[in-house]
Amino acid sequence: MNRTEFFNSLLSKQEYVPPQSDLTPYSGKWDESTSNHLLKRLCFGAKVEDVKRLAAMSMSQAVDSLLNLDAIPDPPVNVYSTPTVPDPDAPYGKTFVNAPLNAALPPEYYQARMNVVKAWWTGNMVQQKTTIVEKMTLFWHNHFATEADTVQAAQVVYYYYKLMRDNCLGNFKQLTFRMSKDLCMLRYLNGYLNSKNAPDENYGRELLELFTVGKGPDSKYTEDDVKAAARVLTGHRINPLTSPMSYFFLFTEHDLGTKTFSSFFNNKVIAGKLDGDSELNELITMLFDQTETARHLVRKLYQFFIYYKIDDTIENTIIRPLADQFKANGYEIKPILSTLFKSAHFYDLYNRGCVIKNPLDYAVGMVREFSVTLPNKDLLNTYQGWGLVAILSAYQGLNIADPPLVSGWQAWYQSPQYHEIWINADTLANRNKVAEGMNSGAGINISGLIMKIDPIPFTLQMSNPSSAQELTIDAIRYLYNLPLSDQSVQYFKNFLYAGLPDESYWTVAWAEFQAKPNDPIVKSAVSTRLSSFYKEIISQAEYHLS
Amino acid sequence: MRRRKFIQSAATGIVVPTIINGIPANAFSANSQLSELLNPTVDTDHVMVLIFLSGGNDGLNTVIPLDQYGNLSVARPNILIPSNEVLRLNGNSNVGLHPALGGLQTLYNEQKLSIIQSVGYPLPNFSHFRSTDIWTSASDANQVIDSGWLGRYLDSEFPGFPLNYPNANNPDPLAIQLGANLPLLFQGPNAQMAMNVSNPDIFGGWPNGVNDPTDNTPRGTEINYIRTISRQSKSYADALIASYLKGTNVAQYPAANYLGDTLKAVARLIKGGLKTRLYLVGLFGFDTHAEQGKGTGAHAGLLQQLGDAVLSFQRDLEGMNLSKRVIGMTFSEFGRRVKDNASNGTDHGAAGPMFVFGESIQSGVLGANPQISSNVSVNDNVPMQFDFRTIYASVLKDWFCVNSGQQDQILLKKFNSLPIIKNNCSTTSIEDYHLSVERLRVKCYPNPLVETAIVELSTERGQLQIQLFDPLGRLVKVIYSGKVEAGLHKFSFENEDFPPGNYHLRVSHGILQKSVLIQIAQ
Repeated sequence: MNRTEFFNSLLSKQEYVPPQSDLTPYSGKWDESTSNHLLKRLCFGAKVEDVKRLAAMSMSQAVDSLLNLDAIPDPPVNVYSTPTVPDPDAPYGKTFVNAPLNAALPPEYYQARMNVVKAWWTGNMVQQKTTIVEKMTLFWHNHFATEADTVQAAQVVYYYYKLMRDNCLGNFKQLTFRMSKDLCMLRYLNGYLNSKNAPDENYGRELLELFTVGKGPDSKYTEDDVKAAARVLTGHRINPLTSPMSYFFLFTEHDLGTKTFSSFFNNKVIAGKLDGDSELNELITMLFDQTETARHLVRKLYQFFIYYKIDDTIENTIIRPLADQFKANGYEIKPILSTLFKSAHFYDLYNRGCVIKNPLDYAVGMVREFSVTLPNKDLLNTYQGWGLVAILSAYQGLNIADPPLVSGWQAWYQSPQYHEIWINADTLANRNKVAEGMNSGAGINISGLIMKIDPIPFTLQMSNPSSAQELTIDAIRYLYNLPLSDQSVQYFKNFLYAGLPDESYWTVAWAEFQAKPNDPIVKSAVSTRLSSFYKEIISQAEYHLS
Repeated sequence: MRRRKFIQSAATGIVVPTIINGIPANAFSANSQLSELLNPTVDTDHVMVLIFLSGGNDGLNTVIPLDQYGNLSVARPNILIPSNEVLRLNGNSNVGLHPALGGLQTLYNEQKLSIIQSVGYPLPNFSHFRSTDIWTSASDANQVIDSGWLGRYLDSEFPGFPLNYPNANNPDPLAIQLGANLPLLFQGPNAQMAMNVSNPDIFGGWPNGVNDPTDNTPRGTEINYIRTISRQSKSYADALIASYLKGTNVAQYPAANYLGDTLKAVARLIKGGLKTRLYLVGLFGFDTHAEQGKGTGAHAGLLQQLGDAVLSFQRDLEGMNLSKRVIGMTFSEFGRRVKDNASNGTDHGAAGPMFVFGESIQSGVLGANPQISSNVSVNDNVPMQFDFRTIYASVLKDWFCVNSGQQDQILLKKFNSLPIIKNNCSTTSIEDYHLSVERLRVKCYPNPLVETAIVELSTERGQLQIQLFDPLGRLVKVIYSGKVEAGLHKFSFENEDFPPGNYHLRVSHGILQKSVLIQIAQ
C-alpha cells in the first residue's frame, strides 16, 4: 500500500446503512435502556428515578405518560424594581405580563423584564414535570421563531410562550392560525405594519417558507404567492394601550382586492372581506390542504427528536406515512407523536444516542440529572438561579427567546452539519469548563450566584455505590445509555480511588460515609473523588449525545 | 450581538471558574513524510477577512447612485437620504456613500476601497437562509450544494484535512469564524474546515479519557465528530493563545462596536503570527423591514459600525506593517427592494454592492450605477450586474493564486475574474475595464418595447451573452449566447407576452458586464 492508498483507506467511510425499522409498534425488550432513551429525547435529561419508573410500565403506558399537557406555571413577576424606582405597572412580586406598553416604564426595566421571562422560561424547563411539554414548546419556539431582542416587549413574549405551550400537543393548523395573530409574532415580522398600500411581506413570506409548506423539493409556490399571502395578511394591528396588550383588525388598512394564488395552490382565489379572520382562515386552509405542509413539519419533528439525516428510505417509510396520518387526522399533533415514539424505528439501536445535546439539553439536563440545588433563598434569588442555567445555555449558542434568525437555530436546519453545529472549539471548551466548574469545590460562580453538583444524591441512586466497578458501570449506563469497554470503565473507576492502590479503598471510604453521613471529613473524602469522577464522565464526547 | 446583550445585562462580571490552568503542550510529533504530504498546494501568506452583513443590506442606501437621485426620491420617499448628506467620493460624482460610512469614504479617497456594483445571481431567492446558502456554497440558485466555496478551496489546498491536522507545517487553524457563524461557508467535502472562536481567552483543558472504537452508526459518526473537534481544539488552542498574546494592536478601535471588537482580535492574531488564511466576522441586523431610518437610525447605526471598524482595522494593519498581506470583503445574502414600504423600511431584494478593502486592491467603483426607473413598482429589484462568483473567482485567482482548473472545481463552473486585486497576473485595470465597457456601445430600440426589439452593440472577438432580467431581477430570457467576431452586431428579440414593467438587458462579453434599462409596454 503506498501512502496515498493508505490515506484513502483512512478517509473512506463506509456508508451508513439506514435501519429497516419503520412505524410499526416497537415489540422488543422494554427496560431501563429504552426508557432512558425515551426520556433523554422527550425531556431535558433523564432522571434516574424516572428511568426506573418508566421501565416498570409498558412501552405504551410510558409514552402516554409523557404526552400529557399540564397547566402553565404562574406568570413571571417583577423581581427587579427598587423602592425608589418602582415599576408603574406591577409592584414587586406581582406579574407584569398584563401591562400595556407604558411610556413611563423606566427604560432599564424593558431588559429586566425580558431577563425575567427568560429565567422563568428556563425555570419551567428545570422544574418540568416528566412530560414532553417543555421540550415540545422548544420545538415550536424554533419552528415559529421570534426574537425577544427585536420584539422589545416581554409581555408579548410571555403570551407567545403560553400560546405554544398550551397548544404544544394540540392542533398544528389551529396553532398556525393563532400564531398569525399573536402579538409577539406580529411585532417580530412586522405583521402589525402590513398595509394595503405598501404591503410588508415579512410574515407572509415566512408563513410559506418556514412555517407551513416549507422549501422541500415538492414545494413549488411562487414569489407571487408570497405577495398574495402578504395582501391577505394586511390589517392586523396591535393595541399597545390595553391591559393586556391586544389584537385588533383594522379593515381600512386591509387589502380588499382579490388575491389569486399559483397553480401550486390550484389557482385558489381569496376574495377581499371586511373581517380578517375569514380571509386568514381561507389562507391557512389553503396552506394546510397541501401535503407538503404535513411533510415539512414531520421532517422537522424527525430531525428534532430522532436524527438529522433523512434519506429516501426514511422519507418513504417514516416521513410520508406519518405526514399522511397527520393530514388525515386534521393536523392533531399528539397522535403522530404517539405513533413516532411507540415505533420500532424510534427504539432502533441505530437511532439511539446519536442526537447531539442542544445547550438546554446539556445545561438543564445536567441540573435535573444531578438534582442540582439552584439558588433559592428568596424570590429574586430563585429567578437568578434559573437565570444561571439560561446563561449557561446562551454561552453555548442557545439563548432562549432569542434565536439568531426567523429560521430558528442553525443546528436544526443547516445542512449538512445540523446538530454538530452545537459543538465547535468554542462551545466544547465552554462545556468542558462547565463540567469542571460544576464539579469543583467553589462551583460555578456568576456574580456571586453559585451552582454546583453535589455528587452524593445521584450516587445514592446507583444500585451498589460501594463497589467502584459497579458504580462506574451504573453511572455510565444512566448518563451515557451506552456501554463502554473495560478499559474505559477502568479509566473512570480510577478517579474513585486516585492515588491509592486499589478499589477496596473506595469501598472502605464509602462504608465510612454511610456510617457517618454527616461527618464533614468523611463526606469530603468520598465527595471530592466523586466530583472528579463525574467531571471526567461528563467531559467526554459520549456525554454530549442523547 | 443579541446574545452578548443578554449575557452582559443578565450578569455583569461573569466569572466562570478558573480553568485556564496548564494547557497541555502540543503533543504532535512531526513525521517528516507526513509533513511533506500535508504541505499546502500553494504557499501564501495572504489573508482575507470576510465581513458578513446579516439580514440583507439595503444597497441603494449604502452606495447611492447620485445620477439616479431624482427617480430614487420618488421610489423611496420614507427612507431617502437627503442629497446634501450623501458622502462624496474623490473623482466620482455619480456615486456617493451613506452619511454613516465616513470610514469607507476615507479609505476610498486613499485608494484602498473597491466598490463593486450590483452583485447578485441570475434567479434571486428572497429567503434569508436559502440565499445565504447560495452565497456561501456558490451554487446556482436552483442547485443545492452541501459544501461551501471556501471549504472547497481549503480542501483543495489541504487535502485530507482533518486527518493528521494540525501538524508541524500547519499548526494553525485553516479558517476562523470569530463572533459569526456560517457553517456552510467553510464546509469542505469531507469536513468542516473552520474553527469557531468567540474570544481567544476561552481555551480550557480538553478531556482525553475515552477512546473506545466507534462504528458506522449515527452515534459513532457523532462521537468521532466531537472527538475530532476536541483533539484539534486542544492543539489549535496553543497556537491561537500564543499568537494572541504575541500580537499587540497599534490603532484605536471605536468603543461599543461589536465588529470593531472582532476585527481587533483578528488583527492581533495575524500580527501574532497565526498562519490562518481566512477569517469570517459578522454584523447583524440588516433585515430592515421597518423603521430603517435615513441618515440616522437603525441602518445608519449598522453602517457606522461597519465604516468605523473597517477604518480602524486598516489603520491597525498599516501600523503593524501587515496591510499588504490582508484584504477584507463584505457580503450580504441579498440587497433590498428599490421601493420602500409603508413601515419605513424595505423588503427583501436582489443584487447589492460589495466592498473590498486593503492596500492590495484596485481602488475605484467597478460597474455602473443601477438604473432606477421613474415609475418603480412595489416589486422592482436591482438586477445583478456582476455574478457574485466572479468576485470569488477574482479573489481565488489574484489573491490566493489558485490555478484555473482548481478554480473551476471550487466554483463548480467557469467564471471570469474582475479587476479587483492589484496583482501581477491581473492585466486589466478598472479604467481599462470601464473604457472597454463603453466601447460596447449597447443600444436597444424601440424603448419602450411593444413587440420586437433590436439590440445593437460592438464587440471584440470572443464570448458574448445577452440576457433579459425582469423587474424582480430574475433572468427570464437568454437573447444570445455564443462566440462573436469583432465588430458591430445586431440581435432581435420578441416580446413573449412579458408582463409590462422595468426590465434590464445585461450584456456580458468576456469579463465586461453592462446593464441597460428598458421598458416593456402592454
